Amino acid sequence: MFSFFKKKSENQIDQPTNPTPELVQDAVESPRSWTERLKSGLAKTRNKLGKNLASLFGGGQIDEDLYEELETVLLTADMGVDATEHLLREVRERVTLRGLKDSAELKETLKSVLFELISPLEVPLEPRAATPFVIMMAGVNGAGKTTSIGKLAKYFQSQGLSVLLAAGDTFRAAAREQLIEWGERNNVTVIAQQGGDAAAVCFDAINSAKARGIDIVLADTAGRLPTQLHLMEEIRKVKRVIQKAIPDAPHEVVLVLDANIGQNALNQVKVFDEALGLTGLILTKLDGTAKGGIIAAIAKQHPVPLRFIGVGEGLDDLRPFSAREYIDALFD
Amino acid sequence: MLDNLSNRLSGVVKSLRGQARLSETNITDALREVRMALLEADVALPVVKTFIAEVKQRALGQEVIGSLTPGQALIGVVNEELTRLMGEHNDALNLAAVPPAIILMAGLQGAGKTTTVGKLAKLLKETQKKKVLVVSADVYRPAAIEQLKMLAEQVGVEWFPSDASQQPDAIARAAVDYAKRHYFDVLMVDTAGRLAIDEAMMQEIKTLHATLNPIETLFVVDAMQGQDAVHTAQAFNEALPLTGVILTKMDGDARGGAALSVRHITGKPIKFIGVGEKTTGIEPFHPERMASRILGMGDVLSLIEDVQKGIDQEEAARVAKKLKSGKGFDLEDFKAQMQQMKKMGGMSNLMEKMPGQIGQMAKGIQGAEAEKSMARIEAIINSMTPLERRKPEVIKASRKRRIAAGSGTSVQEVNRLLNQFEQTQKLMKQFSKGGLMKMMRGMKGMMPGM
Repeated sequence: MFSFFKKKSENQIDQPTNPTPELVQDAVESPRSWTERLKSGLAKTRNKLGKNLASLFGGGQIDEDLYEELETVLLTADMGVDATEHLLREVRERVTLRGLKDSAELKETLKSVLFELISPLEVPLEPRAATPFVIMMAGVNGAGKTTSIGKLAKYFQSQGLSVLLAAGDTFRAAAREQLIEWGERNNVTVIAQQGGDAAAVCFDAINSAKARGIDIVLADTAGRLPTQLHLMEEIRKVKRVIQKAIPDAPHEVVLVLDANIGQNALNQVKVFDEALGLTGLILTKLDGTAKGGIIAAIAKQHPVPLRFIGVGEGLDDLRPFSAREYIDALFD
Repeated sequence: MLDNLSNRLSGVVKSLRGQARLSETNITDALREVRMALLEADVALPVVKTFIAEVKQRALGQEVIGSLTPGQALIGVVNEELTRLMGEHNDALNLAAVPPAIILMAGLQGAGKTTTVGKLAKLLKETQKKKVLVVSADVYRPAAIEQLKMLAEQVGVEWFPSDASQQPDAIARAAVDYAKRHYFDVLMVDTAGRLAIDEAMMQEIKTLHATLNPIETLFVVDAMQGQDAVHTAQAFNEALPLTGVILTKMDGDARGGAALSVRHITGKPIKFIGVGEKTTGIEPFHPERMASRILGMGDVLSLIEDVQKGIDQEEAARVAKKLKSGKGFDLEDFKAQMQQMKKMGGMSNLMEKMPGQIGQMAKGIQGAEAEKSMARIEAIINSMTPLERRKPEVIKASRKRRIAAGSGTSVQEVNRLLNQFEQTQKLMKQFSKGGLMKMMRGMKGMMPGM
């Protein structure tokens, strides 16, 4: 199921189907373990809630109470009012159209409607498109940017790509140290400056990567809220300066989202996209009880490819997003 | 989608206007809107349900049928309920313990615990003259201890050294011992971020709590948190005897529904809010203000405080005197006014706190744009001679060219400023008669680029 879907999505975006051997191996090797992990995380929520979807769909008639329960489940997953209403409307239409009676069929209908909504977000990252491939990270405070950079570096290394980190968070106390310490532990070069300005650090890092023939540059930035206009201006500058080092860089601008964040995440996507032109998202902290339903709202209102999801604290707990597996984990 | 809860509820009131009384049907529609608005504000669903049920019950009762319009009546009930739900007054920090008074921080990863420790330490040191010791028991995140050390240096409080190879419990014991021997008033213990479902980590913080026996155990919550706020709050509340909540990142545009959820689930007061990453960015939480803000009355009280903080009283008195005399409001004053506005945190900050309708009107003004054009206006005025500032009518073509060249702008911009100034002069006259509302209405004309 995993590989079937993989192919489909790659065909959809019309890219040559030559997944790297490492990627395939990776996918074959441990899809279960992380699906399990994601599932178990989400299951904990359900147990706590006492609202097990399985029991909800356990047979019986389709009635208004069931729809209301369904609405509750979607809303409490942070899908938001707009996406929830959209999903329920679609489900109702199909139920009427096909004359469905049984609540088990309703579940399948909901899953397919949700799949149609979020599967366009499943576009894998192609880090071999350029050398060095520059990835710029952005996000609000505490979303998990620096931690995600560590995990991403590990991920790319496991694919045989060399990585260089730019400690562009020059604002938060010890953010630089956090990255340097991580780099030392994992034998990754970190470009940092004492004080100084994020754009300059990134510029240096890219030039250094060019000189050393590094494959991937991961540029960290300080956390900022979309309302801090001067900081949004600053991050625009970081991007402009990166473009001075390599005209078509950054090749990927990633917004890191915390799955615990509610409807404000949608606004973050909008504002950061406007400022930087986002090309991808990373959803972190899905190993908690938060379900990250906000991706449905994002898919509905402001779609940006979801590249990775974070399902644990371990370095290998950052995984490419699969819509099918996400939905299965949410419902089964 | 409507932009915020204030707008949404303003819309509800409008739809209720012109109806004679609250009936089962029209209140159902309105309450559905309230429900949707609360959900979009990330108030957790169970909390929304309880809330709506209570509002409905009260709204249909006797007490709302008076001389009020139905809209006012409903909003009144919603407001009362919201305020009640958030706690009716502000709760201060409790430090009444045999020194050192120990404060333990807990929360999810990335909630803002470490930053908050720095802010709170500074606040205690500066406003209450406490001798504060901070220590980090976060042995997991790289450089978390380093971060606290740097913050401690920034705010000028003492930092107790700890190391990632130590056990959190051992760190705590050593810190308490040190704090006792060196007569510290307050010991603040930062902890690692943890998921509520991580049993080992929850056990760790329980042990830490038992060791420290803190007088305050503060739960740090991100104001942006979504529906899951109920689960985390519940889990932390069950694991630890929390004494209060700190809501962080309130300077964002999240609607802060988490405040309601957490308060409802834990029943513990929200004691502070975090605004911005600067070490001064911490304020006491005012439940009634939060409720009003949600309800479209704007955060007017906070605004008034901002204004009082920002305005140089003497300067204001001087302008006011000039205004009263009805003449002599010149470009120098115009500039001073703009500088005052800047002190209050700029246009965008100010607009955010305005109540619904005015706020909506002001939406057209792009905060950043406005701030930029304010800088240009200042440059133009700075390029004028004192005479020109006092008597703008002497500025003719040649002077305009000189001013434009001097300020790096164009003659058109100088013209625009002079026009705006003329409008402002008129506005100021109205202001002396009509008050703030009129001024706000006039402001649209004052700011360029709209």
